[in-house]
Amino acid sequence: MLVFILRRLGQSAFVVAAMAVLVFLGVYAIGNPIDILLAPDADQTERDAAIARLGLDKPIYVQFGVFLWNLLHGDFGKSFVHGVDALGLIISRMPATMELAIVALGMTALIGVPLGVIAGLRHNTIIGRTIMTGSVVGFSLPNFWFGIMLILFFAVTLQWLPAGGRGPTGTVFGLELSLFNPAGWPNLIMPALTLAIYKTSLVIRLAYAGTREAMLQDYVRFARAKGLSPSRIIGVHLLKNILIPVVTVLGLELGAMIAFAVVTEQVFSWPGMGKLLIDSIYRLDRPVIVAYLMIVVVMFVTINLVVDILYSILDPRVRLQDIES
Amino acid sequence: MRRIRTIMGAAVAALMLALPAAAQELRVGLSAEPSSVDPHFHNLTPNHQLRSHVFESLTDQDKNQQPIPKLAESVRAVDPTTWEFKLRRGVKFTDGTEFTARDVIFSYCRVPKVENSPSSLVVSMRAIATMTAPDPYTVIVTTTAPHPILANELSNIAIISAKAAGAPENLTFNRAGCTGVEAWPKTEDFNNLKLAIGTGPFRYASFTRGDRIVLERNDGYWGEKPIWQRVTLRPITQAASRVAALLAGDVDFIENPPIQDLPRIKQNPQFATAEALSSRIIYLHFNYLTETPPPGVTDTAGKNPFRDRRVREAISLAIDRDAIVARIMGGVGVAAAELLPNPLPGTNAGIKPERPNIDRAKQLLAEAGYPNGFGLVLGTPNDRYINDGQIAQAIAQMLTRIGIRTQIDAMTASTFFARRNRAEFGFWLSGWAADTAEMSNPLRALAATPDRNRGMGTTNPGGYSNPAMDAKLFEALTIVDDARRNALLAEASKMVMADFGLIPLHFEVSVWAFRRGLTYTAQMNQYSRAELVQQAAASR
Repeated sequence: MLVFILRRLGQSAFVVAAMAVLVFLGVYAIGNPIDILLAPDADQTERDAAIARLGLDKPIYVQFGVFLWNLLHGDFGKSFVHGVDALGLIISRMPATMELAIVALGMTALIGVPLGVIAGLRHNTIIGRTIMTGSVVGFSLPNFWFGIMLILFFAVTLQWLPAGGRGPTGTVFGLELSLFNPAGWPNLIMPALTLAIYKTSLVIRLAYAGTREAMLQDYVRFARAKGLSPSRIIGVHLLKNILIPVVTVLGLELGAMIAFAVVTEQVFSWPGMGKLLIDSIYRLDRPVIVAYLMIVVVMFVTINLVVDILYSILDPRVRLQDIES
Repeated sequence: MRRIRTIMGAAVAALMLALPAAAQELRVGLSAEPSSVDPHFHNLTPNHQLRSHVFESLTDQDKNQQPIPKLAESVRAVDPTTWEFKLRRGVKFTDGTEFTARDVIFSYCRVPKVENSPSSLVVSMRAIATMTAPDPYTVIVTTTAPHPILANELSNIAIISAKAAGAPENLTFNRAGCTGVEAWPKTEDFNNLKLAIGTGPFRYASFTRGDRIVLERNDGYWGEKPIWQRVTLRPITQAASRVAALLAGDVDFIENPPIQDLPRIKQNPQFATAEALSSRIIYLHFNYLTETPPPGVTDTAGKNPFRDRRVREAISLAIDRDAIVARIMGGVGVAAAELLPNPLPGTNAGIKPERPNIDRAKQLLAEAGYPNGFGLVLGTPNDRYINDGQIAQAIAQMLTRIGIRTQIDAMTASTFFARRNRAEFGFWLSGWAADTAEMSNPLRALAATPDRNRGMGTTNPGGYSNPAMDAKLFEALTIVDDARRNALLAEASKMVMADFGLIPLHFEVSVWAFRRGLTYTAQMNQYSRAELVQQAAASR
């Protein structure tokens, strides 16, 4: 077991290191930030000073060395644009993205599971078919388009909801969250829904398949034979069993939502990490881009590591296979 | 408020109490986010625009970008290199201290000392040699050489409070940053609002990076007080989202609505717009650096066609500026004959935008030795200027019509500027906004022979060079007398145009859109300033 975990840790470290190289070189290749940052009428002395201050006058391998050395000390450098710590800048934007992802996740579960179960129970009726067709639509709609349609309908035409931005926030455990301030909710609904739409379709499909399978299982038949009410059969016996794959998938999707809420945040001008990433790309703010990508890499590697280890605990065959290979 | 009630019902009825205050609130959607509250941090339009609400400078720019007195009541040239600024009396910072010459000197001392500044404001004060204060309400500035546009340049430099920053009593100015100051104010102390103390019409209430900046009226302001108790500035970088925010009633006022949405906004009786001609010229520039064909130029028998004036004239004659303005710019542009719109200082009154003349253009090409034209790649950004990619497409078609088979190479601005500055294009489309709104600025940057150390031709990577024009420009730069200087600048401008050194296309028109009941005094420098947003008389 220990050998397995050590091996997996080693592999994860290798992935992170390889990504550090790729990310750094990739970001380095996309143009010179000086041309964006500097006033166009700056003269050569000012240009040189700015280039030297950002360390851009050094050869790339020296820059990379400095980057790695600082990275080992947990320092991602200072944002070229804002002049503040890049990591701190991203972390300051994290609560906004996290609450968006968590609300979206909640919506996904609350909408997806019941609809999937209904579709599974009534798979031959109009309701069942409508739900399943709807889930296909949810899969196929581009995220940004759905967001824009929501804005057009609910914000511009009906004027029920604000078109974007974050509403008033409340402070909870030192974090600024709009979740705990009712006035902040209207701002949260549409971006969270946009983020949730694809995942909801996924959950509907999982719940649908699970329900159809479970309804044929002996334990459901037995429960029926015992004379339990349908609501208890569905609410307890069925739901418990179909939720296992749903929870697994949602756990994994949460990571994806946090890392890639980029488009949704941009459409709704939601001040989270994703919007920061796009704004930083426009201004070639290299330290912020690199720090963001590294955080995402570490997050996914960690999630995968934890999943692998959990699997190996649940199913020792996974471990053995790994050692044999 | 209506929509919240609809959704949340009585749960948020308490919020209604906020309504009377909201009536005096102005909510603004900005197109770009300022990178800091520190007024000396970044020489960038969004930053200057923000700081002008809170921090004032010795001079300001009027709506036509000409210098007007602000914290200096008067500016006088004592001799060609000495300027006397008489300061306004009775001005108070929002912490209650009185504004004096010491604050001015301290502010100018600090500019070179800002840590991590992405682009320093030193650019605007590099002409200054010494600064002295014979009394608390007079500042004497001497320049290293005659520098007539000083008053205009100084409108960029904000005055911060010396006392709040803990400056010593006696300060002496030094170009590299003054002596005797132990610790310079830190940018983060502005961002956390500790030192963000100005003399302007507003004060900062909060700054949440990426989300919003809230301003409150400075009730002790020396000038005309703004009608807004509270101003919320929200950066909404996506143009479509910004318009949606206006249409949905989230914000009252936005800058730079996208052109394709303008007809819709103008037709809607609930909204209104304001427009101002800007000093931003969109132009075409040539690569003169080599005898051999520059990048992207083909079929010219090994020659650089742009070194022939006739080729440049043919290109200018091929372009239908009015068509570009009408069809691609949707009317929010003005065809250009020079690098600045008339009647700004240094422009020529009679000069007219070039009219297209296809036959003459073809004839000129044949005379220059290209009867069958040649191949050309036009480099352009596609997300920097209004409809820049489409303008380049149109130009490619117009040039192809006279036999110059033109393709475009369009890319995002960050890539474009890096490649342009390395002279990787043979021919490109770009834009230039003249910060000082007088002719020496674009001539110096775009047309003067590149001389990096003198700050000449800083944005002339193609190496256009016209010694006669340079001489005229250098002479003009030393003349303090406005009329004489502007006459010389107008001549220099005419020389560049007659040489087709670069090809002006049009000036952008800046647009603001807002809910009905507001008016805005549109600014040529493209700033959005809350104190200039007024309630229309009818709806008061």
